[in-house]
Amino acid sequence: MVEVNLWSGLRRFTDGELVVHVEADTVGKMLDALIAAHPDLAPVIEAGLSVAVDGEVITDAHHTPIRPDSEIFLLQQLKGG
Amino acid sequence: MALDEVKEIVESGENYDTDKEFKYVGTRPDRPDGLDKVTGRAKYGADHYVANMLHAAVLRAPHAHARIVSIDTSKAEAADGVKAVVIGTDLPEGLTGGDLHLQENTLARDKVYYDGHAVAAVAATSALAAKDAVKLIEVEYELLPHVIDVDAAMAEGAPVIREGVQGPTVPEGMHPNVVNYIEFGHGDLDAGFDAADLVMENTYKTEATHQGYIEPHACVGQLGDDGKGEMWVCTQGQWFIRKMCAAVLGLEASNLRVTPSEIGGGFGGKTTIFSEAISLALSRKAGGRPVKLVMTRSEVLRATGPTASTSMDVKIGMKNDGTMTAGKVVFRMQGGAWPDMAPTGMALNCAFASYDLPAVYHEGYDVLANRPKAAAYRAPGSPMAAFAVESLVDEMTRKLGLDPIEVRVKNGAKEGTKSSYGPTYKKIGLLECLEAAKAHPNLAEKLGPNQGRGVAAGFWFNHGGETSVSMSLGNDGTVTVSAGTPDIGGSRASVALMVAETLGIPYDHVRVNIVETGALGFNEPSHGSRATFATGKAAVEACNQAIGEMCRRAAKRWGIDEDAVEWKDGAVHPAGPNAGEFPPMTIKKIGQTMGRSGGPISGHHETTAGGVGESFGAHVVDVEVDPETGKTTILRYLVVQDAGRAIHPSYVEGQYQGGAAQGIGWALNEEYVYDDMGRLQNPIFLDYRVPVASDLPMIDTVIIEVPNPGHPYGVRGVGETGITPPLPAIANAIADATGRRLRHLPMTPAKVLKAIKNG
Repeated sequence: MVEVNLWSGLRRFTDGELVVHVEADTVGKMLDALIAAHPDLAPVIEAGLSVAVDGEVITDAHHTPIRPDSEIFLLQQLKGG
Repeated sequence: MALDEVKEIVESGENYDTDKEFKYVGTRPDRPDGLDKVTGRAKYGADHYVANMLHAAVLRAPHAHARIVSIDTSKAEAADGVKAVVIGTDLPEGLTGGDLHLQENTLARDKVYYDGHAVAAVAATSALAAKDAVKLIEVEYELLPHVIDVDAAMAEGAPVIREGVQGPTVPEGMHPNVVNYIEFGHGDLDAGFDAADLVMENTYKTEATHQGYIEPHACVGQLGDDGKGEMWVCTQGQWFIRKMCAAVLGLEASNLRVTPSEIGGGFGGKTTIFSEAISLALSRKAGGRPVKLVMTRSEVLRATGPTASTSMDVKIGMKNDGTMTAGKVVFRMQGGAWPDMAPTGMALNCAFASYDLPAVYHEGYDVLANRPKAAAYRAPGSPMAAFAVESLVDEMTRKLGLDPIEVRVKNGAKEGTKSSYGPTYKKIGLLECLEAAKAHPNLAEKLGPNQGRGVAAGFWFNHGGETSVSMSLGNDGTVTVSAGTPDIGGSRASVALMVAETLGIPYDHVRVNIVETGALGFNEPSHGSRATFATGKAAVEACNQAIGEMCRRAAKRWGIDEDAVEWKDGAVHPAGPNAGEFPPMTIKKIGQTMGRSGGPISGHHETTAGGVGESFGAHVVDVEVDPETGKTTILRYLVVQDAGRAIHPSYVEGQYQGGAAQGIGWALNEEYVYDDMGRLQNPIFLDYRVPVASDLPMIDTVIIEVPNPGHPYGVRGVGETGITPPLPAIANAIADATGRRLRHLPMTPAKVLKAIKNG
């Protein structure tokens, strides 16, 4: 299981949980598992967001591997100028 | 290093050995585009000419918010020289989401949402004929109530700009103009504020500013009835142009070939489309004749890329010794009349990114207003956030009689800090920047009457992104690199230096070309400070692939095992005494004989680049404020920023200076000014005043190098952080000079004078 930290505004879609545990070994599988566990997250995830894995912000690299002890945060989608 | 080791590192995105001495990386050779640019030979967007080309002109709405009742184009269509007219209903229906929003902004269909919104366009045999014909188009509007200010737009009773676009995170009961709501933080905020000796809170506002690139948007589009087309365009990202135009016009992306021109500035504003699809639509309607569309300055300012305007509340707790105990921000940002265009999330993430805080809370609102569809602008959201937070940190520091740099060092984020936005920082260089700023000679300069000094820190994430690069060996041993990221800040020189270093060949034996969309896999634009980082990283790996092939051929030629050779100094060598006695096989020799050794030699690499390293900076500015006029003069300006490693230090310094110059303009002069009808009042550079050379001193720079372990040469990306600290640094300097705190940008002479007179 990996521990996923959500931003507070997503609590309403996860029965108030700010930290969600799912089975996954890549970022893409983690996002799929989040939707499976909490379907109300689907519009937010499908609209696009960024994920920070072990301190590095990942925008679209859903193939990025994650370990059971990885530090994972969901972030608003980042775009540069 | 063995190739499988390289592959493993590339995929994991970390832990390159960056602690090496380099021969080419870190030097300052002549820029490859220099001669073309100083002789006028460089071809920008408007310099492209094609036989049989038509010229376009666009009719733009003079209203902030109106329903289009009817459009009559018959007189324009009958005018001399006119070959095509298009309106919004000529574009395909059925788009949704972001594609629909791009299409709506390209040509309004039912409603116009801002002053300058395109409603029709004409292609004619001359630019004059097209402009004259546009005047013949008759549009009947039904005016609707409008709203410009972000706070007014979310207030009860504000005109509703759109229905049904509110995001799922917006709590029930909020005004429909609030389209996104963000909330996050960590730690016990109440306990943090209770632990403070001083708690202060204030509200800060910034106005919309434009990226201010000198080159207006320009393109030539050609599209036939068969759906195949070409575009030559000034852009930061040719694949984005292709993707967006294809979506707006219902084309297959691979049928559109997009070639980027040289670019006269972008700063984020050229990562999207504005009128490019119009030129293609006109071309298709004109039987496939190419159509040139060049925006005027007024069109650029009215209808392209401004950044958000903001209203921001900040609250901070601080102990008497300067230790920060808690921070809270509530940001309201408008990004025009389309959802998700304000950089609210990024602003929130950047707000306290420079600090190690035990408790922090962020709340943000993305709000619609009757303004142009905002585009990215250099470190989107970060400058505004820094203005709010760094201004309040400065106010509190002064109140407590503390040194502003020492307070930032005391609370500064470092490796292992849990960032304000959640993740734990890896290796970062903020404290090194602050220490270097403290030691700089500018801080020893004595200040005179009406002079003040301001300090601020700044941050940007940086970005990797989708990247595809190829390199090929020439018959003379020189190398051509095909890159997909337009050169907006020196990436051709930087990539050439990294390729030269990797191959061990002279810098001037490498030519980097920015290529069209058919030549490589998808590349994201040059945005997010990624070009030197990601294209450079991919170019290095493409070279490593070619090195592997050259080693294999040499080993075969010598009749020894592949593992018994190594690449160094631009040649294949036997790896040791046991490998045998062979003279080095140089890259020149390999190039001359590659037809006989197996054919052309090239390397290719594609990746969604990982290993990104954040960049922090610290700025110190000295100003003098004229108490009679309120005019602020910049006396000295210092930029200190962590580059990871400066591949070409002159370009890095240029990025630091450019960021500072834009930030100075944002702080002192630049703003969108609207009248009561919501019409932009200053859409020319005389009235929208960007800084010019005579406004600025030489901007001093210090490059800090805390190498990023996620890049083979330690690159972090340097393009964006530099625009972040100037807004608060100058506000802090003005406060030091006058004793007056300005919390609403820009700090024009009139505002400063009013503050001095009124207290």
